[in-house]
Amino acid sequence: MKILVCISKTPDTTAKIAFKNGNTQFDETGVQWIINPYDEWYALVRAIELKEKDPATIIHLVHVGAADSDPIIRKALALGGDEAIRINGDSKHDSFYIASQIAEVAKAGSYDLIFTGKETIDFNGSAVGGMVAELLDLPYISLAAKLEVNNNTANVTREIEGGEEMNEVAFPVVISCQKGMAEARIPNMRGIMAARTKPLKVVEPVAIEALTTIASFELPPAKAGVKLVSADNVDELIRLLHEEAKVI
Amino acid sequence: MPVLIFADQADGQIKKTSFEALTYGAKVAEQLGTTAEALVFGTIDSDLTTLGKYGIKQVHHVADATLNLVDAQVYAKAIAEAVKTTNATVLIFTHNNTARAVAPRVAARLKAGYVPAATALPETENGFVVKKTVFSGKAFANVSINSDIKIISLNPNAYKTEAGEGIAEVVTLDIPVESSKIKVTATEKVTGEVPLGEATLVVSGGRGLKGPENWGMVEDLAQALGAATACSRPVADSDWRPHHEHVGQTGVAIAPNLYIALGISGAIQHLAGVNRSKVIVVINKDSEAPFFKAADYGIVGDVFDIVPKMTAAVKKMKGIA
Ligand SMILES: Cc1cc2nc3c(=O)[nH]c(=O)nc-3n(C[C@H](O)[C@H](O)[C@H](O)COP(=O)(O)OP(=O)(O)OC[C@H]3O[C@@H](n4cnc5c(N)ncnc54)[C@H](O)[C@@H]3O)c2cc1C
Ligand SMILES: Nc1ncnc2c1ncn2[C@@H]1O[C@H](COP(=O)(O)O)[C@@H](O)[C@H]1O
Repeated sequence: MKILVCISKTPDTTAKIAFKNGNTQFDETGVQWIINPYDEWYALVRAIELKEKDPATIIHLVHVGAADSDPIIRKALALGGDEAIRINGDSKHDSFYIASQIAEVAKAGSYDLIFTGKETIDFNGSAVGGMVAELLDLPYISLAAKLEVNNNTANVTREIEGGEEMNEVAFPVVISCQKGMAEARIPNMRGIMAARTKPLKVVEPVAIEALTTIASFELPPAKAGVKLVSADNVDELIRLLHEEAKVI
Repeated sequence: MPVLIFADQADGQIKKTSFEALTYGAKVAEQLGTTAEALVFGTIDSDLTTLGKYGIKQVHHVADATLNLVDAQVYAKAIAEAVKTTNATVLIFTHNNTARAVAPRVAARLKAGYVPAATALPETENGFVVKKTVFSGKAFANVSINSDIKIISLNPNAYKTEAGEGIAEVVTLDIPVESSKIKVTATEKVTGEVPLGEATLVVSGGRGLKGPENWGMVEDLAQALGAATACSRPVADSDWRPHHEHVGQTGVAIAPNLYIALGISGAIQHLAGVNRSKVIVVINKDSEAPFFKAADYGIVGDVFDIVPKMTAAVKKMKGIA
């Protein structure tokens, strides 16, 4: 079994969100970068768990981004995975551009399973996985919360509107992963050492016209500040919600 | 060249959040000087002409029962066909689990620029720019779509439904529907409650509630308000509450009119999922809890004392004994 895990890089969940150059660019000053939590905790770790059950499994990681992403890729390799491919493109978010790059690598590698995260926590697209699937004309199972494999078949529980659905599908398939897929883990010393010598291939991107561009960013208007109501006067809180905020 | 709105259905009825998308789509059409048309898939038990109330001129219905199940691959092909057949230049979804599965595929198929998680009408004076949430609700990006066909997925609760007069013409759309490569072996519906993503009122509990046995008072308050219930991540991780109630950066992101946080500290990862709520109420015994900084109203106090009083006050206000 051959698995491709799509790894993206996002600011740490506690990073201060600020913009520069007339609000056209994210201000990276002091920002710590992490592997997008959905990609790490669910997609990558599930792939590793499958390899632990079936050691013949091969896991490749793919990332679209510049050389400054290498530490993140090494960190992912420290968790597990046999080799990584960095597509030396622009990770600024046009989902179609990113998906097209991943699709090229996927075609060349003939993978059985292609995993993405549910979404990136910086762009909140939930888009790349579906696009990769379409570009490869493969079935796509979005928002997967459980996955078992046997005999070249994936059995997946996925979140649908208003509930869950159990799906059975033959390989190859693209799956976006979310909570429930796996138990988060941390890299150990052996993994970190091993990651140093695992192959990290760099390939050049294919020419793809971006279909969208980010024109500018905005921060939400600041809150006016909290109106505190005394604990002895709970009725007043409900009155305010009804008469002032008009939400109930 | 109409604006086409994909109107989701559940059990034969058009979903409430689709009315928001339909209203939004009709506004986009007005802005562009064209008409708004709806696309509906699968078996429908309701009167589709009523979608005219939201400004829809025509409803294209593909009744094929294969479409009662959402397979992204099958849907994407059919929706792309419908876009071509209707000559639509703008396609609108509601940003729910169906759109997450389907919309990006349609976008890739049509080589159309796609803006997911949109929160406002597009700027169409000069180009086509759509505002969307980024950084898990901590900021917005204005995204310019450069392609001829444009696809938008509108966040639930981001645009207000407006219903007026009007009757839509319903036409059967005859397009090929493929069979699915995915076998659906079981389906489990969450019944009875308002789905969290669509709820306008949400009551949420954190570790301050101490244990699952104390959720009765949370549910009482939610019931009195007609609200959905949610929780913080450690609460779901400890199996005090089901996982689908977990809100935040790594759970569901919601934007209700009212979010009531009970015994939740307000960690940045929690806020990321709820900071788009219109009004936030925080009940916490620690006046230094970070959540108060993000709140509109608050009480510094013990949830075990405050929550039953809130329920009583709501009932009194609503005239429920
Ligand atoms: C990468 C990452 C992703 C994460 N994603 C999420 C996420 O999606 N969602 C999420 O929620 N968390 C997430 N977390 C965890 C987050 O950092 C916090 O740990 C978590 O939100 C805390 O939950 P809590 O507020 O319920 O508990 P606590 O932080 O323990 O807070 C309990 C609060 O209850 C108050 N309290 C106690 N007793 C009472 C009482 N009797 N009456 C009133 N108040 C009382 C306390 O003062 C305290 O403020 C994430 C963390 C990381 C690192
Ligand atoms: N630059 C990238 N390189 C590799 N994979 C990516 C990249 N961006 C997004 N992905 C994958 O696509 C998923 C969804 O991303 P998004 O559509 O941006 O929400 C992520 O969770 C990743 O698995």
